[in-house]
Amino acid sequence: MNLRRRFTRTLPLAPAVVLILLFLAGPIAYCVYIAFTDLQLTGQAHASFVGFANFRHAFEDDAFLNAVWLTLVFTVLSSLVGQNTLGLALAALMKRASKPVRTLTGGIVVTAWVLPEVVAGFLLYAFFRREGTLNAILGLLHLPRENWLFTLPVLAVSFANVWRGTAFSMLVYSAALDEIPSEISEAAEVDGAGGWRRMWHITLPMIRRSIGTNLMLNTLQTLSVFGLIWVMTRGGPGNKSQTLPLFMYEQAFQNSMIGYGTAVALLLLLVGSLFSVVYLRLLRTEV
Amino acid sequence: MARSRASGRFAADVSLLLLAVAFALPLAWVVLSSVDPHAGLRVRVPDGLTLDNFDAILTPDITYTPLLNSLILCGGATALTVVCAALAAYPLSRFRSRLNRPFLLTILFATSLPITAIMVPVYALFVRVNLIDALQGTILFFAASQLPFAIWLMKNFMDGVPKELEEAAWTDGASSLQSLVRIVLPLMGPGLAVVTVFSFVMMWGNFFVPFMLLLTPDQMPASVSINDFFGNRGTVAYGQLAAFSVIYSTPVILLYVLVARRLGGGFALGGAVKG
Repeated sequence: MNLRRRFTRTLPLAPAVVLILLFLAGPIAYCVYIAFTDLQLTGQAHASFVGFANFRHAFEDDAFLNAVWLTLVFTVLSSLVGQNTLGLALAALMKRASKPVRTLTGGIVVTAWVLPEVVAGFLLYAFFRREGTLNAILGLLHLPRENWLFTLPVLAVSFANVWRGTAFSMLVYSAALDEIPSEISEAAEVDGAGGWRRMWHITLPMIRRSIGTNLMLNTLQTLSVFGLIWVMTRGGPGNKSQTLPLFMYEQAFQNSMIGYGTAVALLLLLVGSLFSVVYLRLLRTEV
Repeated sequence: MARSRASGRFAADVSLLLLAVAFALPLAWVVLSSVDPHAGLRVRVPDGLTLDNFDAILTPDITYTPLLNSLILCGGATALTVVCAALAAYPLSRFRSRLNRPFLLTILFATSLPITAIMVPVYALFVRVNLIDALQGTILFFAASQLPFAIWLMKNFMDGVPKELEEAAWTDGASSLQSLVRIVLPLMGPGLAVVTVFSFVMMWGNFFVPFMLLLTPDQMPASVSINDFFGNRGTVAYGQLAAFSVIYSTPVILLYVLVARRLGGGFALGGAVKG
């Protein structure tokens, strides 16, 4: 193929590549650079290079370690356990349920997913407030009420993330379950395997690739949740629900330490890339 | 066995309905409160129906301007995304090249990066190049952040259009661009709709990007301006907040329904998860 032809064929890629390089790759490269400087929001003419000081500072900073811990709790609770398990349960139940129930439930769960992030935040804020719906229900059942957003904020935002994000897992698993040939589970049923055993020995091994990709995507999605937590708790009270994105924001803007905030962002990006690479490997054979 | 299957269906129906109620409670709050004259934080049947909440917020200040801003921001960014993604997907789908695979892998990798993480450096960068508080800057960033996934989806849909249909046009002397616009894109209408709607819905709901990159209140899209219901207005008028939420959420839900119907539910997931 001659050069000119190759050039005209590649040309349509140019606008997309330019945009991505300028506005996505550029900021990431800039991120790597300023994470090693003491850049601040105001006053300073130019920042100076400080090496690994921001990272050393991070690992000695209790507030950072707290954010790492909360991010871990938030991710494990809401994505690995909540969205994933509930999504699978919904998908499995839907296979057996009658059509109107299936349509209704699917519609409601998906609506929660399609809703704008901030609206979802407000709905769950109202739900968990002291005078909100959850406490009203607990009161009706004569169960102890709690000021959820104050005493157990991580739990509240994790539930919110489950409410909002489960639809994705549900759709992924519904598609995966539909691909299992019905003869296989029928044969197992004839051989006398009960529901749980069929799930454990047949269904789960057959959809393990979907489980892998779903876990990866859920985790990546959950790592970058900002608006939902911001609306519900602002990371508080104190920093009891301050996950890494909120910590990053606070350091960079409330404390105007852009360099430090960016170092945190870079760590978040590294963790994300790691998951991203694993995700690519899971898909490797198909690309 | 027929009997155990019937009881299995019953059990499944009951469990699903319970879960549906749990998921529906927060949604019920927003719908009921929006027409409740005395809305609070709890789900309850209103003691009278009123449209006062809607009346109160349907002003240029509270509703029309933010929604128009959202429309300009997301519409502009979606148009840019779709055009760039369609152009980029074409050579990736039609011509063999050693670069295709590495390019697609990079795109897929970028698709799953946590964009939230780079908002602080993006802010710092935008301050330097004077794009802070500029709608066009936010539009460009929105488009760039959506592009990897859009290209990936678009390429997968384009692969479904048989190449033979274009070959006739090529022999008649049509250029690649002509065959893309006249033949390929019309044939992948539903795919094009999915990419467009998906990009639009993602940006419509995005809070962090405009929250960081825009400063002037009358430029704010609805995702950020909704915060004004708290803050400086003293006590929160929950009924009005709910009414605003309903108006702000309706377009994306309608768009989703429109596309999901056509594609049988799976929406954009096919492209994302199956690879």
